[in-house]
Order: sequence, then structure tokens, then C-alpha cells
Amino acid sequence: MTEEEKLKRFNALIEQDEKIEPKDWMPEAYRKTVLRQMTQHAHSEVIGMQPEGNWVLRAPTLRAKKILLAKIQDEGGHGLYLYSAAETLGMDRSEMIQQLHEGKAKYSHIFNYPTLNWADIGAIGWLVDGAAIVNQVSLQRTSYGPYSRAMVRICKEESFHQRQGYEIMATMMNGTAAQKEMAQDAMNRWWWPSLMMFGPSDKDSWHTQESMQWKIKRASNDDLRQKFIDKTVDQAYVIGLTVPDKDLKFNETTKHWETGAINWDEFWNVVKGNGLCNHKRMAHHIKYHNEGQWVRQAVLAYSEKINAMQSATSL
Amino acid sequence: MTTKEALYNYVLRLADDNLILAQRLAEWCSCGPILEEDLAITNISLDLLGQAEDFYEYASELNGEKNVDELAFLRSEREYFNHLLVEQPNGDFACSMVRQMLFATYAKHLYEALLNSRDEKLVALATKGLKEVKYHFRHSSEWIIRFGKGTEESNVRTQNAINELWRYTDDLFEMNETDKVLITQSIGFSLKDIYPLWKAEISHVLDAANITIPELGNVITGGINGMHTEYLGHILAEMQFLQRAHPGAKW
Repeated sequence: MTEEEKLKRFNALIEQDEKIEPKDWMPEAYRKTVLRQMTQHAHSEVIGMQPEGNWVLRAPTLRAKKILLAKIQDEGGHGLYLYSAAETLGMDRSEMIQQLHEGKAKYSHIFNYPTLNWADIGAIGWLVDGAAIVNQVSLQRTSYGPYSRAMVRICKEESFHQRQGYEIMATMMNGTAAQKEMAQDAMNRWWWPSLMMFGPSDKDSWHTQESMQWKIKRASNDDLRQKFIDKTVDQAYVIGLTVPDKDLKFNETTKHWETGAINWDEFWNVVKGNGLCNHKRMAHHIKYHNEGQWVRQAVLAYSEKINAMQSATSL
Repeated sequence: MTTKEALYNYVLRLADDNLILAQRLAEWCSCGPILEEDLAITNISLDLLGQAEDFYEYASELNGEKNVDELAFLRSEREYFNHLLVEQPNGDFACSMVRQMLFATYAKHLYEALLNSRDEKLVALATKGLKEVKYHFRHSSEWIIRFGKGTEESNVRTQNAINELWRYTDDLFEMNETDKVLITQSIGFSLKDIYPLWKAEISHVLDAANITIPELGNVITGGINGMHTEYLGHILAEMQFLQRAHPGAKW
């Protein structure tokens, strides 16, 4: 097949809503875009273990501790699954991690915010995972097969995370004055960053058009954000939380909630590395990755010895 | 000491061991040497938390006044009966795996012995726990063998770990009035019976890993009588923070 025919076949697959599989021919730019998105997603899952891990030793009840640990384990599992799925595009995990450490690969800006009280664990589950689900549900229809299947699997667990986060918020809003204050404080700090998770407005997003054309992305940033806002504002209201937006109003014609302007300067400032925890998150990941070096070397040395012994006996 | 009091103390001891070790293992969260191992350690921590919760529920039934979280979060250092080994710091990954292997081997033989207890509830909880600690034993002992025979560095780290932790192993086999009462009632058993089994099994693993048991002449005991190393207070301070800061709050 000529390059032209290959491209024609690829475009036909995309056109017919068929999945692109690892062994299929794909344009280099498509491969790069999907790989970038998948590694960024995998890194986000793994870095996301840190802000939640910050409260695992201080979880207030045995039940809360179990749920939080299980949730963090899920996130790590998603990371692992996504790394493996991303490896089908020709880069191995150690290289992805190296790119993360060198700042060439990104992770979601949301994990650069600190978790300052127990309600933050609720807010991460409810708002951060809630926003992630909206995005991931849409990505179940993404054109790259392994990514699409990963999303189907991951969405099931994320919806459980969102429910447990909301449960924490609801319980605290039903509790003492101090608990209510913590819950509202968490709401105030996580609301806007959660809206920013969908990325810049469509008109300012570099990647959107090409990604939509290749069906890597199936819905625009603004549409996904609106979906999240509409479902979340009502949930906040039900448990007595105030959405920290004085301009928030319901548009009777469109039947959508309209928020005030998002402060994109804050978003870009955090993306550039000036969030409260950017430095800490990366330093933590590098530190423990380096500390694990001797373990990985031992595993390798041991398996080489075993292999040598086995080939010696088979001779 | 009545049989019921002894049983309560004994169940708390089992619960506390599991909770404190689970808490220590949870410190590995996002700090593992490889992502797969981060997940495995979290898994073990979750198993132990589940066991702790089951034992606290039983203790709560026996006590009749305190609920599970009051037992887990609102006692002071001197009221915890866990063994000294489980409160020791994680150290490096070799140290955590050696601690895990020493404890899992103990828990395995303990639960096996408890299968013969006259107390049906203990039999049920031991049966459940046994399945899990067998896996913990396999997981940690495989790491020790890998390390012992891996690189020179991994061997040295593992040897250092056993040198450090060995002094806390006699503590696992200490007995007090609680044990005496339960032995006479055929609810408990003598830990002297399982010591040789434990020793043989860990020796087998360490031999396979080219790691030697140190001759220390240093024995530290006290856990089951509420005497602890200074580490426990810090574990509890962190773990109990919210329960202490917001008395009576529901979470």
C-alpha cells in the first residue's frame, strides 16, 4: 500500500467511527497526539495519588480510611492501565516517567492545589473526579481503541469515587459548625480549579480542532464544562453548599447555569509551575522514583541470575 | 481477670497489631519503588485494615460501650496492645518487607492455631485473616529472596533490616495474664507452641535469601502490656487528629 492509500484507509476508519488499533497505520501526528494525551492522563492519575495520600494517615474513621486507600489504589491502577495502553504507541513507561521528570510531559494542573482539610478529600472526589468523569465519558468514544477501552473501565470506578466524595461533603454539611466551615472552604478552593480542568475555552485551545477531526476528542472543552456545571450546581444546592460565584445564574431560555468569568490567569500561572504544590509534587515523584532505583536493579539482577541458571540446566 | 475481660484484651491486641501495621504500610502510598508495588502495599494495608475493623467490632461487642472508631481512635499509647515490631518505622523497602515477612509468618501460625479455639467468633475471624496473611507472607518472602540474591546493595539492605528488627521479634511471643486465662478456657493457646514453627519458616526464607539471623543478645518487649517504643505516640497523634480535634463529630 502506498502512503496515500494508507492515509485513505485511516481516514475511512475515522469517518466510519471505527477504532484505530495499535497495529493499524496512523499518521505520525495522530500517534503523537494520542500518546501525549494518554501519558498526560496516566501521569495525572499517578500524581493525583499525592494530594489524596496526604490525608490517608489522618482519615477520621476506619471506614473513611479504607475507602480513601481503596480509591487511591484505584487511581494508581488507572495510571498503570493507561501507561500500558500508551505503550502500544511505541514508548515505554520509563521514558514516559523520564519525560515527566524533565517537564516535557504534563499532568493535570488540578493536582498542584493542596489538600488542607478533610473536606478537600470530599471535594476531590465530588468535583475533581466529577469533572474528570464528564471528560472521560466522552472519551469512551475516542478513536484510539486501547484508550477508548481504558476509559470504559475507568469510568466505572470514577463514578464510585464521585459518590464517595459527595458523601463526605454531605456528611460534613450535616455536621458541626466547624465541619460545615471546612466543607464550604473546600468548595471555595476547588470549584474554580475544577472548571479549569476542561482546559481553555474552545476559541483559545490549540489542540481542539485537529483532535476533533481525528475523533480523539469527541466534545469541546466548553460543552463538557457546561455539562459539569449543570449537574454540580444542583448537587451543591441540595446539601447547602454555596457556589463561590456571585455571577452564577440560571438561563431560563437555554436551561443552563451561567457562571462568571473564569480567571485563566490563575490557570496559566499554575500550569507554569507557580501553584502551591507543583514543586512538591514533582520533587516527591522524583525522590521516590530515585529511591526505588536499587529495588528495580535488584529485580533485574535477580531475574538475570535465574535466567542464567535455567539456561545452564537446560544445556 | 474474667474470661470476658481477657478475651476483650486479646481481641484488642489482634486489632491493634493489624491497625498499626496497616497505618505504617499506608505511609508507602505514592512512595513505592514501582507503581505495581505501590498498589500491592496499599492492598496489604487494606487487608489489614479490614481485619482490624473486624476485630474492633468483636471487641466493641464484648465491651458493650465503645464503638469501633472509639476503640481505634480514642485510646492513648498505654492502652494499645500491639507488638513493638509493627510500630517500627518503614525504613527502606527492604526493611518494610522484612518487617512484613516476620509479622505475616507470625500471623499465619497464630491464625492457624486459633482455628482450634473454643470461641467461634475467633475461629471465623482467623479463618478470614489466614487467607490474606498467607498471601502477605508469600509477597514479602519473595521480595526478601529477590533482594538477598539480587545485587550486593539489596543484600546489604536486607541484612541491615533483619539486624535492626530482630530485637523486636521475641516481643511477638510474650504472654501475660490475658493469655493465661484464655489458655485455661481453651480459647487461646500458648505462643510457645508456634515459636518453633515461626522460627523454622522465617529461617527457611532467610536461608534461601543468603541472609543470616543476627546474634544480638538484645531483646526488647512490652507491647502486649501497653509499653511501647516512642514511635507509637506519633503514629497515634497523626491517626487520631480529627477524632481528637472534633469530639463527637460524625464523619
